[in-house]
Amino acid sequence: MPNPTRIEINCETGVESIIELTDAEVKQMEADQVVAAARRAEEDAAATALATLKASAKAKLVAGTPLTEAEANTLVL
Amino acid sequence: MANTMTLIASSTVGSGGSSSISFSSIPGTYTDLLLKVSLRSGASAYNDYVLLQFNSSGGTAYSDRQLTGDGSAASSGNRSGNAQMFAIASSGASNTASTFGNGEYYIPNYAGSANKSISLDAVNENNGTEAYANLSAGLWSNTAAITSIVLTNNSATNFVQYSTAYLYGVKNA
Repeated sequence: MPNPTRIEINCETGVESIIELTDAEVKQMEADQVVAAARRAEEDAAATALATLKASAKAKLVAGTPLTEAEANTLVL
Repeated sequence: MANTMTLIASSTVGSGGSSSISFSSIPGTYTDLLLKVSLRSGASAYNDYVLLQFNSSGGTAYSDRQLTGDGSAASSGNRSGNAQMFAIASSGASNTASTFGNGEYYIPNYAGSANKSISLDAVNENNGTEAYANLSAGLWSNTAAITSIVLTNNSATNFVQYSTAYLYGVKNA
């Protein structure tokens, strides 16, 4: 199975080249995918946590009960 | 104000996909650059950021501030110290089939000797519950003239077939 490719366009000549990645570049791409997946999971978890805090803050405001500092921070612009 | 636009080069990704799209030997004869893209990645997510790197220069020189709406909430944030510019959201593999994220990057004074500011705006397509609109202000803290641009995506997957990138030069007539 051939390696993935990349596209390079030379703007002076207009020539477009489709270049197969080297084995080292494929390994780097695979490593980058692992890092990206981990980063994505962290970002998703942070977004979920923030949404939970906001929902809790809103519910407490409606009920007239004290907010935690973390909840209050989600409301301060 | 620059008022003409000339297509410098363009590319459409073929059937095998492509890990990156790069423009090299960009002439320094224009005032500004405008890059218009329509991209979809292989990421298993609704939202995959496009990464933009100039002159194959990484390091920590890229930063941005962004406003984002995802269909149910708005958010803002900033990034700094990155090796690439986090640009727009491209559509990922979870988006509606055959839809693409569309965007523009405007790079004024790309051949000048000051740091390079960039404006970026984009949307991605999804006929479902989650889709993104993104507006960003980017900075490449480097004084070199921009002579090459490489586009990759944050998930390190391929751009899929029919993804496109068009690079225009803009200048006074």
